[in-house]
Amino acid sequence: MSAARKEPFEGHKKLERNITLLAVGAFITVAIGGIIEIAPLFWIDNTIEKVDGVRPYTPLEQAGRDIYVREGCYVCHSQMIRPFRDEVERYGHYSLAAESMYDHPFQWGSKRTGPDLARVGGRYSDEWHVQHLIDPRSVVPESVMPTYAFLKDKNLELGDPAANLIALRRVGVPYSDRDVERAMDDLKAQADPEADADDLAERYPKAQIRDFDGDPSRLTEMDALVAYLQVLGTMVDVNSAAAQEELASEKGR
Amino acid sequence: MESVVARAGWWLAALFIAIMAVAAAADSGFAIHMSIVALAAFIGLWVSLSKTDYGAIARGILRTPADPGKYDDDPIRWGVIATVFWGMAGFLAGLFIALQLAFPALNLGLEWTSFGRLRPLHTSAVIFAFGGNALIATSFYVVQRTCRAKLAFPGLARFVFWGYQLFIVLAATGYLLGITQSKEYAEPEWYIDWWLTIVWVAYLAVFVGTIVKRTEPHIYVANWFYLSFIITVAMLHLVNNVDVPVSIVGSKSYPLWAGVQGALVQWWYGHNAVGFFLTAGFLAMMYYFVPKQAERPIYSYRLSIIHFWALIFLYIWAGPHHLHYTALPDWAQTLGMVFSIMLWMPSWGGMINGLMTLNGAWDKVRTDPIIRMMVLSLAFYGMSTFEGPMMSIKSVNSLSHYTDWTIGHVHSGALGWNGMITFSAVYFLAPRLWKRERLYSLRMVNWHFWLATIGIVFYASSMWVAGITQGLMWREYGADGYLVNTFADTVAALHPMYLLRATGGLLYLAGAVLLVINIWRTILGHEREEEPMTSASYDEAADRPIVSVPAE
Repeated sequence: MSAARKEPFEGHKKLERNITLLAVGAFITVAIGGIIEIAPLFWIDNTIEKVDGVRPYTPLEQAGRDIYVREGCYVCHSQMIRPFRDEVERYGHYSLAAESMYDHPFQWGSKRTGPDLARVGGRYSDEWHVQHLIDPRSVVPESVMPTYAFLKDKNLELGDPAANLIALRRVGVPYSDRDVERAMDDLKAQADPEADADDLAERYPKAQIRDFDGDPSRLTEMDALVAYLQVLGTMVDVNSAAAQEELASEKGR
Repeated sequence: MESVVARAGWWLAALFIAIMAVAAAADSGFAIHMSIVALAAFIGLWVSLSKTDYGAIARGILRTPADPGKYDDDPIRWGVIATVFWGMAGFLAGLFIALQLAFPALNLGLEWTSFGRLRPLHTSAVIFAFGGNALIATSFYVVQRTCRAKLAFPGLARFVFWGYQLFIVLAATGYLLGITQSKEYAEPEWYIDWWLTIVWVAYLAVFVGTIVKRTEPHIYVANWFYLSFIITVAMLHLVNNVDVPVSIVGSKSYPLWAGVQGALVQWWYGHNAVGFFLTAGFLAMMYYFVPKQAERPIYSYRLSIIHFWALIFLYIWAGPHHLHYTALPDWAQTLGMVFSIMLWMPSWGGMINGLMTLNGAWDKVRTDPIIRMMVLSLAFYGMSTFEGPMMSIKSVNSLSHYTDWTIGHVHSGALGWNGMITFSAVYFLAPRLWKRERLYSLRMVNWHFWLATIGIVFYASSMWVAGITQGLMWREYGADGYLVNTFADTVAALHPMYLLRATGGLLYLAGAVLLVINIWRTILGHEREEEPMTSASYDEAADRPIVSVPAE
């Protein structure tokens, strides 16, 4: 053996003696995967298919969503129906990327201790939801869900709904100036059968306007959460012929 | 004197800002959090101004040895205690929420104690509080020994320890109060994220600073892993937590990323919290403590080079396997699956390097319960890094996803790999840090080993059965062509499995109680009278930095 033969990994000794090289090398190595995998999602067109009907949440629905986020519902409920026969039959049409494009944060979930909620809107009555949230086992005896009776007793903290909409607009949700300006009125009008909600209905198509928690005299957290649950999956009419055609013409998914 | 005034000035400023924030708070949760910050600042102010020597009192309570040692070990001693403390908190929370799933009445009907709020408390307590403290403490210990240098920036190192505890307290109380972003393993709200960023940069500075002033020419392999863990976690944390707060004096914020992009960024973060927090960092622990306890050099230097670079390169890509069959584009899912399968190899590289280090010392598995714990930990590392790639295959994932199989997989890694390697590191550290002859009791380590092992077996097997049962029941069709089971049927079917899982958790917790007693008594300097078992020897004279002596 001649002494000139180079040991394998000899070059690596340089890295082992220089913390800057080692740190920069490690950083470049870990940065590559994320750049190649994540960045294209922001410019490849067919990442989010174009569908009709997806709109920003009304202030009341968004307030309900904030409660959904606050309570950590995602630890047991997914909002992502996979394209399998059993899931489509159980929950409805598989979820489209467009349906969560205004969801900050996304709530797809990773575990189904309870059923998927991506299309729970309109599947049960408001009364069922209220009863179920107050005492889940009174309507589903096998359920292991916690009780959320306190939602019905807590007035919805109104705070400054316009500030919420402005923050959401900053992260990319297309609320109009009028939406922001009327945020407080919209929030109250959606759950108040007495209020004039024509303007709200025009700006938020298919918005469901009624008292949700069975007590029209109060605006509670229950109103907001049920309003959110009832809108889930109802914005896109996935079963209309036009929608099916659009999906069929998609490429690259 | 001037430094005391300056320090008190900083604390006073922090206290003042926190009180202003309480007064201006937009919501009660934010006010409570800022009160906690104000309290922390007040304690800091009090300690820096008071004439009483709280350092001495603390050293008395903690039984710090009179000779502080040649390395800067105070933050490590605190870290060992914090690891054990948060470990107990996390395991208890885990057992409690496991029982909630079996007996929903345990949710107590209170908003603060519902499963949805306690589950993030459990995951954060074990990953970030128990695991994080173990990582910080061991990294400070290992970097000093392998560099033969004292910690750089000792003040900053103490800030890292206390700052990290404040992060844990804010995050944990936040979950109970409903202050959460509901992004798995990245739940803390925007201001807590900012605080963690500051602490983390300080951590990087202390770690790298110590390496810079090393007296050993080479940077030991454990430090590569610690370094990549610190850098990568910083990158993941910053990118995944870009938020726009609704008000700068309120707790609520909205993340910049939404929908499909948000999902991929989140699981790029989430999977690499596993990959770098729970794998690279703990591999660093393995690379120091296994050779030390076995008194053998690491098996292969070349293998450690290959598996280090391959592991950190491949791990980053694996995130999309959490999003199989979702609305994430197919190409990204497939890419994630392919890289997850490739990841099997470097993962086993680490396991092989650890296990083969015992070559010539395998008899110690029989006689040394700490070595046995390390071997089991590596075995679980190997099993879960085989199970992981298997579950990332799309057809397997179509069954396993959304079920308890995932929960079982996570726990075989967390309880088996992370838990066991941490316990063995703590058992290794306690007598050395407190200058005791030996642990209070090696026999109790043995008991801990068996309780934990049997606990994991209960846990993992019940969750396999639960997951596969649930997956198959969801997709079961009858001869009539209709779905056979309602969702509620599948929930009812899991009840016995949830009981078995809780049993496993109880056994694991019981083992951890033995850990607490053992470490406590070791710190107090007690030694249990028992038949001896062997353990690694310790040469105090060799445990020191190299001080250059001028030639005569």
